[in-house]
Amino acid sequence: MPITVKNLSYTYMPGTPFEHQALKNVSFEIADGEFVGIIGHTGSGKSTLIQVISGLLDGAEGQVLINGVDYMAKKADRKQLRRTLGVVFQYPEYQLFEETVEKDVAYGPRKMGVPESELAGRVRVALEHVGIDYELYKDKSPFSLSGGQKRKIAIAGVLAMEPSILILDEPIAGLDPMGRENFMQLSRDLNETGITILMISHNMDNLAEYAGRVLAMNGGELYLNGTPREVFAQEEKLVAAGLDLPEAAKLAGQLRERGMDIPRGTIRYHEILDCLTGKLGGAKQ
Amino acid sequence: MKNVALGQYFPGSSLMHRMDPRVKLLLTIAIIVLIFFVHTYWGYLAVLAMLMLAVACSRISFKFVLKGIKPMWFVILLTFVMNIFFLTGEKVLWQWGAVKIYQEGIEKAIELAIRLILLVMCSTILTLTTSPKEITDALESLLRPLKAVHFPVHEMALMMSIALRFIPTLMEETDRIMKAQTARGASFDSGGLMEKAKGMIPILVPLFVSAFKRADELALAMEARCYHGGDNRTRMKVFHVQLRDYLALLLFAGLCVFIGFGF
Repeated sequence: MPITVKNLSYTYMPGTPFEHQALKNVSFEIADGEFVGIIGHTGSGKSTLIQVISGLLDGAEGQVLINGVDYMAKKADRKQLRRTLGVVFQYPEYQLFEETVEKDVAYGPRKMGVPESELAGRVRVALEHVGIDYELYKDKSPFSLSGGQKRKIAIAGVLAMEPSILILDEPIAGLDPMGRENFMQLSRDLNETGITILMISHNMDNLAEYAGRVLAMNGGELYLNGTPREVFAQEEKLVAAGLDLPEAAKLAGQLRERGMDIPRGTIRYHEILDCLTGKLGGAKQ
Repeated sequence: MKNVALGQYFPGSSLMHRMDPRVKLLLTIAIIVLIFFVHTYWGYLAVLAMLMLAVACSRISFKFVLKGIKPMWFVILLTFVMNIFFLTGEKVLWQWGAVKIYQEGIEKAIELAIRLILLVMCSTILTLTTSPKEITDALESLLRPLKAVHFPVHEMALMMSIALRFIPTLMEETDRIMKAQTARGASFDSGGLMEKAKGMIPILVPLFVSAFKRADELALAMEARCYHGGDNRTRMKVFHVQLRDYLALLLFAGLCVFIGFGF
């Protein structure tokens, strides 16, 4: 399911003193099966962008084609869009509402018209994806669970709809390091099954590690677009947009300053580690 | 959802915006009372002139003020029609069976319509140029004497400002939850009444959960900062009655005299 965005602009509350243009002429394409990270300072238009793409914000100018279909058109089949595209919002745990975990996860698929006989199977698979034991949790109230578990249930609720494109708005914000790592791993697993992933994140290291491409937004415009290595190589531009380098890239830079021979464009911890162990090993043996 | 204007406040820094909100509130009430003492078209014209002066001083386009009257059109029209048909007088203008229309009825209907429009215009100017927070603070300041009879003025004002403060937050929250559930296939505008009511559950439950959580957190945060009610609290913004406020009061006094002389 390729996504094509052409000259997309969006203005909040036009014609009032609160008018604010959140997107300015944004164009890009995403091919099937890509893992794309979206970065940008607060207010740079990331969330507006994904809301327009997912058809949740009307009134944008320009074009969004998902698999060649323009869902912004008046007579577009929005139901088909919901089936294709799953959205996980920031703090998705706040969207839980059902009495039991199973019912909540089954809400999306049921609305899509999945037959009752298949629901249990879908819920089981979705919960297993996020590492929640189906038998143990299916009858519990989602409100009795911990924050991390709630988020997993909420994400399972979107996965159960089996979207071919998954859009995630800061899914790892507020998770502990272990939870973050697990979640990124899950995203990679899903991506490897062919699901296109668009993820907004402030965690540059996670994106450097997992994303195949990074889009940087700045002031409503698409600012940088390239592989993590290309994007994170432009330190000055990133800093000018209020963005940060991955910690690993900073560490690599500091080591390089102290005379260590670490190649430019190193943006991942394990690359540094490989480089260092290579040197140490060579010295010892 | 983001397009819903919060209250009617139109931010600005005009003369009207900078007036002491207490004076604005009092003057609004006074003008509303005054309107009921006016009986001549000259009098209404004088009140209108004063209100137009206020609009001019607020640098808000007249269109916006008219927008405030818009939701009232139906009520104004209804009272107009009711008065025409049901008021009796001496001079019959038109008769059709049992339905009689008197000249006095038409006059009264026009007068009432003018009164209603002026009333709404007057309060619209207040809400357009005064933020809800300022109105609450002004109310607290004006009602302070009631403390003598143990009326919890400060607590009332605090509750009002907290409620006002959280309206936008709750709207945003509703918007967010609606979008999240829409993405999961929920639809809020299809089906019959029962269906629609059922469709609200996925919004209302999360909304209540987060509202209670927010209330809890707010109470905790206030207690952590040693909040303990109204006694001996100082304000960040202290109201001062200034020249412009005295001028406005003077203008109002002039208006009263004008109307008092029988216009």
